[in-house]
Amino acid sequence: MNINATLIGELIAFLVFVIACMKWVWPPIIGAIETRQQKIADGLAASDRAEQDLRLAQENAKKQLIEAKAQGAALIDQAKKREAQIIEEAAVKAQAEREKILTQAKAEVEAERIRAKEDLRKQVAALAVAGAERILQREIDEAAHSDILEKLVAEL
Amino acid sequence: MASGAELTSKEYITHHLTNWSVGEGFWTWHVDTLGWSILTGLIFLFSFRAVAKKANAGVPTKWQCAVEMVVEFVNDTVKSTFHGKSAVIAPLALTIFVWVFLMNLMDLIPVDFIPQAAQLIGGAMGYDPHHVYMKVVPTTDLNMTIALALGVFILMIGYSIKIKGVGGFIKELTTQPFNTPWLYWFNFILELVALLAKPLSLALRLFGNLYAGELIFILIALLGVWQLPLHFPWAMFHILVITLQAFIFMVLTVVYLSMAHEKH
Repeated sequence: MNINATLIGELIAFLVFVIACMKWVWPPIIGAIETRQQKIADGLAASDRAEQDLRLAQENAKKQLIEAKAQGAALIDQAKKREAQIIEEAAVKAQAEREKILTQAKAEVEAERIRAKEDLRKQVAALAVAGAERILQREIDEAAHSDILEKLVAEL
Repeated sequence: MASGAELTSKEYITHHLTNWSVGEGFWTWHVDTLGWSILTGLIFLFSFRAVAKKANAGVPTKWQCAVEMVVEFVNDTVKSTFHGKSAVIAPLALTIFVWVFLMNLMDLIPVDFIPQAAQLIGGAMGYDPHHVYMKVVPTTDLNMTIALALGVFILMIGYSIKIKGVGGFIKELTTQPFNTPWLYWFNFILELVALLAKPLSLALRLFGNLYAGELIFILIALLGVWQLPLHFPWAMFHILVITLQAFIFMVLTVVYLSMAHEKH
């Protein structure tokens, strides 16, 4: 139990072990630990950020969906209005067309009627002349009385 | 007590507590203390070096996890006590903690295993088995613990002078607690005692605890059949002592060195 040279030996061994630990053991291990800690911290921060991003994106998507829905509804509304407008316009147009066609037809009918009347009148005049001719054949000179007949025809 | 019926209890105990010595006078070498301490130190260095070589920030292996746990534990302890910057203190604390722990751990090997094996080998090699000594736990040798404490003490003095300068260190030793020139001699005596008490208490605490623990293992081994139920609880209790003493040695080293770093 006495103090002897062992002390010196152990002191040297202690020194060597501490230096070896300082040079070859401690720096790589603590370096790896610190790098990993940094990586984990970065990873956690990144996951936090991703979570926030996701929440933002979800909110954004919801907002866009609502907007799109509103837009769609507005579009449908507009289309319905336009449809009604087109139908109304078409109805108005058709009505106008109908009026026009009707007027035209009436005019045509009127013209036809006038023409027919004229024809008829001419025919009646001819017939009346023919009748009168036959009745008066014997006594009336056609040439002498033609001016009277003409007057009659004009009166018809 | 397997070493022969002709051995008395006193002889048995003395045999267990005697170092394998080579040399004379001061130049006596305790081969067993040196051998076992260097072996445990190399176990520490190589097992940790294996991790350090392959250390990376990726997914660690299981052994790497275990080593990193120890390293981080030491690092946290150092950081909570020592606030300066030093590349030496943390590795020093790690070396002290693991090395002292491993040397203390030799105490848990049953007391007769290695000495008996040594006696058999020594006997086979033609030596008298009764003169083959093998003290397995290096920290039960005062040389070992004083060497550790002396290493720490040298560092303490070195850091004190490095941080405060020679004048500052002398001032620290003389100007407190009584700051009057005619009491400086008294201050110096007080401070010198306080300074020397640090390494002395470090060395004697570790030695005392482990020596007592070893002695109790030896005493239990003398109880014949009764040693069987007694070894177990003492070994369990001793696990605590082993770890605690290694931890205390490390923490006090860090505390003393951070005190040496402080300027007043």
